[in-house]
Amino acid sequence: MSIQSETTVVRAADEAPTVRRRELSEGARAERRLGWLLCAPAVIVMVAVTAYPIAYAVYLSLQRYNLELPNAVKFVGLSNYAAVLSSWYWWHALIITLIITIVSVAIELVLGMLLALLMHRTLFGRNTVRTAALIPYGIVTVAAAYSWQFAWTPSTGYLSALFGNGAPLSHTGQAIGVIILAEVWKTTPFMALLLLAGLSLVPEDLQRAAKVDGATAWQRFVRITLPLMKPAILVALLFRTLDAFRIFDNIYILTKGGNNTGSVSILGYDNLFNALNLGIGSAISILIFICVAIIAVLFIKGFGTAAPGTDTGRR
Amino acid sequence: MARTDNRKKIGWGAANTIAVVLTLIPVLWIVSLSFKSPAAITDASFWPKEWTWSNYSGILQTSQFIEPLLNSIGIGLIATVIAVLLASMAAYAVARLAFPGKQVLIGMALLIAMFPAISLVTPMFSIERALGLFNTWPGLIIPYVAFGLPLGIYILSAFFREIPWELEKAAKMDGATPFQAFTRVIAPLAAPGMVTTAILVFLFCWNEFLFAISFTSTIGARTAPAALAFFSGSSQFTSPTGPIAAAAVVITIPIIIFVLFFQRRIVAGLTSGAVKG
Repeated sequence: MSIQSETTVVRAADEAPTVRRRELSEGARAERRLGWLLCAPAVIVMVAVTAYPIAYAVYLSLQRYNLELPNAVKFVGLSNYAAVLSSWYWWHALIITLIITIVSVAIELVLGMLLALLMHRTLFGRNTVRTAALIPYGIVTVAAAYSWQFAWTPSTGYLSALFGNGAPLSHTGQAIGVIILAEVWKTTPFMALLLLAGLSLVPEDLQRAAKVDGATAWQRFVRITLPLMKPAILVALLFRTLDAFRIFDNIYILTKGGNNTGSVSILGYDNLFNALNLGIGSAISILIFICVAIIAVLFIKGFGTAAPGTDTGRR
Repeated sequence: MARTDNRKKIGWGAANTIAVVLTLIPVLWIVSLSFKSPAAITDASFWPKEWTWSNYSGILQTSQFIEPLLNSIGIGLIATVIAVLLASMAAYAVARLAFPGKQVLIGMALLIAMFPAISLVTPMFSIERALGLFNTWPGLIIPYVAFGLPLGIYILSAFFREIPWELEKAAKMDGATPFQAFTRVIAPLAAPGMVTTAILVFLFCWNEFLFAISFTSTIGARTAPAALAFFSGSSQFTSPTGPIAAAAVVITIPIIIFVLFFQRRIVAGLTSGAVKG
């Protein structure tokens, strides 16, 4: 199940329809209809749950709509956006989110690469490491977040006791450190597994040839392994960056967004359930959606032709 | 030579040990907390000095935990079955049939995989209240199916491409309709891929938190992770740390065992879904 073998299958499957389309026989038409029929239920559910609510959010974001004042709903144009974009809360939450995203993804990339190399190269105990690495992936995020929260609670936690009975969760900077720690612990194995799949595509012969030519382990890693793994690294980074940008569970449990540690997702949640303001909340929703779209576009530009979802020209 | 081999062995062994210990410590800590008595919670020691089951017996007697646990199992299973069914239909079409709009479907699934869930919370909250879906099982099942589908379509279309074409053709030659070729020939061959998909979708549902706290208001539909965040302890006067730890262990340990049991499938599914794209 390597990328190469899959690409050839895809190419073969792509050539077939062009030949068939020319005649468009009865069979081809039946095939089309069946194709649409089989996809329809999935498409309907996906559209109903994402496209429709987003369109509705655009509509709501242009209204003054507070659940406490249901009779005062009124079209207000872009003033909700103006209110959000001129508010300190939005920019602060955005900066916190970006810090958490960039720092945790950078740490995860390094640790994930080390873990992937360990799982790929270790002389013994490979299965034990792989099994252990799946534990953080399998654990419910909320449960893991509680473990970290209690560990850093003064007079309860072993980590707090270890660091002079400190209460890091009540200081902005330290709390963000704990949030990043919880995030990195939980998701590094996922990163490592994606990178491991990329590592297994690096031909062993190439490594051996370079070794014979006198390349050091570091040179082999930088000159051979990394360039060949670029697609796998970009995919892993894209998935993890978007995931980290959406961070909610860990912050909700660890600090509830207190002490200025809230991410944009926490801001959106608080706005709906504390302020009960559907108009402002929807404007925040749309702005977060735009941020995620920008991140995705930047990454896909970085992919070039190796973008996932494009069948042609991958590798 | 033997000496460098030994040194290498020690190096890898140390690296292995560090990796395993780092992954285990937070899990062991929450297990340890769950066995401490309320008085011992504040002693800050890593291991309990005396072990007690009282946190477990406490939470297993309260409907505040039992009902959400049943909700989690029910909602997770139903969403998984629907998502796998719809995803295998779409993935079959993607892998086997020629029809216009295939790329649109793949692109749409990719978009949803990247979709920020929080963007849906405000509009969906409003829609679900209008439709009477708020605080019901379907109110969570529907979004879970939608977010499970992209994962399912990717994994299953990758699996479906590996299945030999000839068998389907042979079935059609023997007079089977394309639909029969799907249900009788391909589906059984695709079962391993479907199991992998089911596992990953179920894990997603089991773990999901944002929708679970946003679209529910009582234990009538609230799932276990969401209930944990609203936990007040088995009685009003006990600190909830012990009960929360016990509840966290109850919702985590079965899943960890499950993940370890199916680890090969999970690794295959995760990497095929992401690297193959």
